[in-house]
Amino acid sequence: MIKLTVNGKTQEVDVDPDTPLLWVIREWVGLTGTKYGCGIAQCGACTVHIDGVATRSCSIPVSAVTGNQITTIEGLAQNGTPHPVQKAWVALDVPQCGYCQSGMIMAVAALLKDKPKPTDADIDAAITNICRCGTYQQVREAIHAAASA
Amino acid sequence: MNYMPKFDRRTFLVSSAAAGLSLGFHIPFSDEAQAQAATPEVNAWVVIKPDDTVVIRIARSEMGQGTRTGLAQLVAEELQCDWSKVTTEYPTPGQNVARNRVWQNFSTGGSRGIRESNEYVRKGGAAARIMLIAAAANEWNVPASECRAENSVITHQASGRSTTYGKVAEAASKLEAPKDVALKDPKDWTIAGKPLKRLDTAPKTNGTQIYGLDIKLPGMLVASIKESPLLNGKVKSFDASKAEGKPGVRKVVQVGDNAVAVIGDTFYQTKTALAGMPIDWDGGDNVKVSSDTIAAMLKEGLGAEQAFVGNKAGDAKAALASAAKRVEAVYTYPFQAHATMEPMNATALYTADRCQVWCPTQNGEAALAVCAEAAGLPVAKCDVYKYDLGGGFGRRGMSDYVRQAVMVAKQMPGTPIKLIWSREDDMTHDFYHPISQCKLTAGFDTAGNLAALHMRISSQSILAYVFPQNLQNGMDPAVFQGLTPNSPEGHFGYSVPNLLIDHAMRNTPVRPGFWRGVNTNHNAIYVECFMDELAHAAGQDPLAFRQKLLAEHPKHLAVLNAVADRAGWGKPAPAGIYRGLAQFMGYGSYVAAVAEVSVTNGQLKVHRIVAATNSGHAVNPAQIERQVAGSFVYGLSAALYGECTVKDGRMQQENFDTYEVMRMDEMPKVETIVMPSNDFWGGVGEPTISVAAPAVLNAIFAATGKRIREIPLKNHDLKTA
Repeated sequence: MIKLTVNGKTQEVDVDPDTPLLWVIREWVGLTGTKYGCGIAQCGACTVHIDGVATRSCSIPVSAVTGNQITTIEGLAQNGTPHPVQKAWVALDVPQCGYCQSGMIMAVAALLKDKPKPTDADIDAAITNICRCGTYQQVREAIHAAASA
Repeated sequence: MNYMPKFDRRTFLVSSAAAGLSLGFHIPFSDEAQAQAATPEVNAWVVIKPDDTVVIRIARSEMGQGTRTGLAQLVAEELQCDWSKVTTEYPTPGQNVARNRVWQNFSTGGSRGIRESNEYVRKGGAAARIMLIAAAANEWNVPASECRAENSVITHQASGRSTTYGKVAEAASKLEAPKDVALKDPKDWTIAGKPLKRLDTAPKTNGTQIYGLDIKLPGMLVASIKESPLLNGKVKSFDASKAEGKPGVRKVVQVGDNAVAVIGDTFYQTKTALAGMPIDWDGGDNVKVSSDTIAAMLKEGLGAEQAFVGNKAGDAKAALASAAKRVEAVYTYPFQAHATMEPMNATALYTADRCQVWCPTQNGEAALAVCAEAAGLPVAKCDVYKYDLGGGFGRRGMSDYVRQAVMVAKQMPGTPIKLIWSREDDMTHDFYHPISQCKLTAGFDTAGNLAALHMRISSQSILAYVFPQNLQNGMDPAVFQGLTPNSPEGHFGYSVPNLLIDHAMRNTPVRPGFWRGVNTNHNAIYVECFMDELAHAAGQDPLAFRQKLLAEHPKHLAVLNAVADRAGWGKPAPAGIYRGLAQFMGYGSYVAAVAEVSVTNGQLKVHRIVAATNSGHAVNPAQIERQVAGSFVYGLSAALYGECTVKDGRMQQENFDTYEVMRMDEMPKVETIVMPSNDFWGGVGEPTISVAAPAVLNAIFAATGKRIREIPLKNHDLKTA
């Protein structure tokens, strides 16, 4: 049994310790907002926060995060109030198909925690998630909007 | 011409008839829709609940392109309902069959979602409005002509009475549908034509949007599949004992003659067990196929005698022979994978008398036909429940993964099974952007005018693989997208007195498919980069050279002039910045772009794009801007990185580490000019892709003097000598 704290709730899961955190979140914990895109930490669709740090959950075994606070897209809102990044995403109509956006939003939320007013260069360096619909222009606008909210 | 997978109606009607399908047979809604079905529909397109919620039925699939919102705008415009109360739902393909295709075409591709259904969906909204007004008028015992509807409220001014759509919807549902309905002049639109927010944004920001990969059904199991890694290979043998008994594994099954699947409790378990199971494959002669052998075959096609003619004027060959000056170039375009963010998946539940599939699909009716065929059941005993797609780009017009899911589920009747492809499965089993080469030869007369152009395309045909029944005496008309003399889908804008555009079909064992933009992608590179070469050969400005040749095609010219003006063509660019331009017509729309790039120590940076689109009508300008910006990401990803290669009968790229795509840091600023001329209906999702690569390639030439005739750019050194 592995002890896991996801979105503030601690639970024990009966899972192979090598199982990637992504699949534990999706198939054992049952939260499907975190997406599978590549499985090799290339695309970022699976990004979650581990102790506040944006991490690609497809490439980290669940056994490595037993003592950590894991936050998924479902846990980003506080007391029912969407995170400023989520608000900016809605205000600027960022998503197209939306599949990459959970990971994108988690990556951006972590960036803004470190750098509340990121420059375009900061954004380029920190946000390396793949979006095949090509929402990058709206993502950039929404990051700046969230930063000045 | 239709370029995207189209439901084969003939086959379908035959199988329906064989199934004894009777009109009016009711196939229940999926669970979510079933609750809403308690409220009677006003007509097939419109359901209004007692609380005034408007449910608009959308037959086309939503994959990010915004069709759900655009189609709802068109229905709501004629319905004259309160937009803030609009929601949508998908009818199922099975319902469409049972109701004599009342929603018409479900296929979502070829940028056809809005342009091909706008008229009947608007009529659906208008008919519902007329029925709602009639219901109120009946209740009040006044002539319907004295009643008005606005914002979901019906009023009879003379008596001061008013009611809402929700209150009369049930009475309206019992009325006969009006036969002739007049549609509004688009000039009077208040909902359509406006940059309204999408209807589906919030769930995509908080994890609540359910994609096919997220489906959960009671008792559901998961399956991983390994399809032959060798092109069109077959399973020779496999050792199931190596997977059986592994944690979470329930069953190992062969799927048809070319795949093996492991069914189990969770994806990680099935994937791991499958990876540890030895499978022998038979690749036949295809193991000798490599990118080199394919390139050699295409090269032969460039000089072949026999070719299909797509556009002809005068006598190009004679004019070339006598030309004062000739210019010649050969271009190539590689195989490319769609790489939707959500890998292929489908969930199927099979029993002896029913088969249901839950999946993301661009073509619900084709998925239904495949489901029935794979299940061995009549269509009337099957249905497909559509989920919003995590990307489509043409890949999900094909139903191979639906067939596999049903074939797997059939081996465990009564258990719903979710088939999940890994990214590696997805990238190595795509229907790839077709590969091609093109030889262009131009001749100038003594006065320096372009007198002749021969464009020989040697390429793989998508239709020959996907819809061979649509070939015309062996010819694939779709390869001439944007190059035809007069097709409303996309015609050649340049007037050249002696013109020959022909095609040598050279098909490969790599299966081709419709890849966002399809044949316009390479055709536009060939034409627009070569026009740039010709302008330089003639010593003319690339804009002026094109303007002269486009004089007889004012709509092509208008978008070109628009981007040139906005970008400041002809005025000095900032230091180190160089410009390139391109125009093309595809999917019924006219597009053009100017790219501004710099190349520093061989490092390309695309700084700014100015793009123009004339799609006739612009149903949601804000979404058009997003489609245009996104098209540059898709098109420039292809230009910079997109290449799938073949070695010894295997596709070599398996994931985003070897098949790279554009990310934030490479995104140029895209300025979009939406310039509808309001006299036709064109598509939006695809046409702009075509100008992305040639505008940038032409700008690279301006910056470096290097003419890149072969994408992707990652294979080229841009350092100036």
